[in-house]
Amino acid sequence: MIKYVDEFRRHDLAQLLSSAIKKESDPQRQYNLMEFCGGHTHAIFRYGVQDLMPENVKFVHGPGCPVCVLPIGRIDNAIQLTQNNNVILCTYGDLMRVPASGRKSLLKVKAEGADVRMVYSTQDALKIARENPNKEVVFFAIGFETTTPPTAVAIKQAKKEGLKNFSVFCNHVLTPAAIQNILESPEVREMSSVVIDGFFGPSHVSSIIGSQPYEFFAEEFQKPVVIAGFEPLDVMQSALMLIRQINDGRHEVENEYTRVVSREGNQKAQALVAEVMELRRNFEWRGLGMVPYSALQIKQSYAEFDAEKRFAVPQIHASDIKGCECPRILRGVKKPTDCKLFGTVCTPENPMGSCMVSSEGACAAYWSYGRFRQMKSKPVEITPIEKKGTAECQ
Amino acid sequence: MPINMKRFPVRLNLRDGMVDMTHGSGGRAMAQLIEELFVKHLDNELLRQANDQAAFDVPAGRMVMSTDGHVISPLFFPGGDIGSLSVHGTINDVAMSGAKPLYLSAGFILEEGFSLSELEKIVISMSEAATHAGVPVVTGDTKVVEKGKGDGIFITTTGVGIVPDGVNISGDRAEPGDAILVSGTMGDHGVAIMSSRENLEFETTIQSDSAALHTLIADMVAAVPDIHCLRDPTRGGLATTLNELAQQSDVGMKLYETLIPINPAVSAACELLGLDPLYVANEGKLICICKQQDSEKLLKVMQAHPLGKQSAIVGEVIEDDNGFVQMETSFGGSRVVDWLAGEQLPRIC
Amino acid sequence: MCLALPAKIIAIDETTDMATVALGEVKKEVSIALVEDVKINDFVLIHVGYALNKISPEEAERTLQLFAEAGLTE
Repeated sequence: MIKYVDEFRRHDLAQLLSSAIKKESDPQRQYNLMEFCGGHTHAIFRYGVQDLMPENVKFVHGPGCPVCVLPIGRIDNAIQLTQNNNVILCTYGDLMRVPASGRKSLLKVKAEGADVRMVYSTQDALKIARENPNKEVVFFAIGFETTTPPTAVAIKQAKKEGLKNFSVFCNHVLTPAAIQNILESPEVREMSSVVIDGFFGPSHVSSIIGSQPYEFFAEEFQKPVVIAGFEPLDVMQSALMLIRQINDGRHEVENEYTRVVSREGNQKAQALVAEVMELRRNFEWRGLGMVPYSALQIKQSYAEFDAEKRFAVPQIHASDIKGCECPRILRGVKKPTDCKLFGTVCTPENPMGSCMVSSEGACAAYWSYGRFRQMKSKPVEITPIEKKGTAECQ
Repeated sequence: MPINMKRFPVRLNLRDGMVDMTHGSGGRAMAQLIEELFVKHLDNELLRQANDQAAFDVPAGRMVMSTDGHVISPLFFPGGDIGSLSVHGTINDVAMSGAKPLYLSAGFILEEGFSLSELEKIVISMSEAATHAGVPVVTGDTKVVEKGKGDGIFITTTGVGIVPDGVNISGDRAEPGDAILVSGTMGDHGVAIMSSRENLEFETTIQSDSAALHTLIADMVAAVPDIHCLRDPTRGGLATTLNELAQQSDVGMKLYETLIPINPAVSAACELLGLDPLYVANEGKLICICKQQDSEKLLKVMQAHPLGKQSAIVGEVIEDDNGFVQMETSFGGSRVVDWLAGEQLPRIC
Repeated sequence: MCLALPAKIIAIDETTDMATVALGEVKKEVSIALVEDVKINDFVLIHVGYALNKISPEEAERTLQLFAEAGLTE
């Protein structure tokens, strides 16, 4: 029995929550609850949480996948780095299969002889740097706020140890900026169907940044936010809390994941990140284009650990494969089945875009789980969220 | 090539020596390697005849043959190595047809520079596995490739066996209503391998389950000759193998998560790596599909065998045009257990 | 979006800022550079080889209570 895991997956408690949700949801209305954390999507599918919900409560899958939003150009950059015989590129497993330009991927160039190593932690990358003093070790850093502090720690440690051959290719991105940009995007207004009634806040991003950053969000969009833990019972309890807020007409930030998340978050981690990294003015996101103040770069004081400075990494504006609808699917404007490549040329074995490669990508999720559920419920489309007050341009 | 020549003047340096190109060239060096290493350990009457082939009588019945290439890394892992794995793997492939495995062959492709002491360990391991299973390696081959052109060692094993009459086990025989059984805990081998690989270190007590299943299968077939399907869930795990069978038989399947036996340590390791144990390889387990009315009897027989103590009935075959393998989760909902696309990689997300 | 697991601290090395944690029977070395005041037997959330936060046993209990009470309201 794994503590703090198994208790939060109990079948009997699931039944209790299921009855409560059925009892408290108003049969006269629809509840569309959006989760943008890949981990929540995963939990919902893996445990079949949808089956325990009444018909009028639906989960809408949002774009919380750092792999999906990483622009192809950045993977091209990483691949370019591997072509240098002296470079060992360290990466998390999630990135290995993502297709970049010219149908290449890190897995493919590894097969062709490039030294690409999958690591579980930045600590592993530091170890590789220490063990290979004659090679340049580059860590391909991705992820939202949960994964950023580990990168910051590694950079600080590298400086302390005086490692001369370690650098980071930094692609860390920020959650609130992403969510806001997506929901405000003009294209989203093209759709005219159902409205999103509430949001599940990401579990572990929130453990770092705290619940406070979402308060602005709930206020602006007048929608309830419940920060939800990772386990299926957490998701159900959070759904219940959202339903209650919706019924009451409230739009507050509530925290279901109190065992880990506080209002201020992990200040030690936040301080470490602030010491090593700073905001980029702009960063290109796959599918969203340029988003201001949405990503991080390494500060000048740690420039020697910045792979972009060490290797003169050019900016590559690569485009998705012709026909690939990942950008629109990411924003929820199109469904996987709207993409001509889906299921024909683009399959999990032969992915064309990131939505199919990442296991939380909309297309990958739809491929198996979606097809399976086809008969059980109709897919839900999202509409633009109206901001309180006047509309503002970016 | 006959090896009845005088003893070799200098023994093989098994402690520090390495494989070099002469060991594959067919000359004296190769002959010495064969005699002092392979034949010495794999020792059996047919092998000692030292012909390029092994000739033997076969009992009556249908002959079954199976072959497997083994390219794993790392070569040594908790609970086994490439040697024992190759012997068990091929014995199992033959036995999954219901056949009694009789003989094995083993082809070795060695990389120049490969350590002779490691080679000896592997061959001893093969010998022990073969002897324990009662299925000798009766013929073999050795080749050496230049440094950089191999991964230390590749082994190809082929096995032959005889299927008794009345037994017709095949992947296309699953029918709606049939029961699905597994012979024990899922995911042990894959996790044992992961624990030895670079960059994924953790201390666990998980051992590979690599084992020869032919005696278990013999007991099963004796009790219930009309088993529909048998297959071992190796690469891709239980999920992949069930999807293969569902496709071959043109049926669907329904599993019950709470019934699938998984070692808690394996479960914890999979959580840590973001892996689903249903997709992790097994090397000493089998899946059995049989008529519903035979399932209880078969289960008892399996549980009585040392390699089947944790056997369980985990689901049933259903009618489904889409061929989905679905599962009722421990949580009470349902999910699909689909094919894997490529190797499962540990994820952060 | 981040696969993080609760694990129990079973050993701490102050000099390297590392700890050994146990998830069930599986043990792993993780960095504790991102947390403060951790003690043996504390539970922490681990992600990509780092402990991110301590888990509050009281809050965990309270949350489980909430689940159990869910069916009893109104």
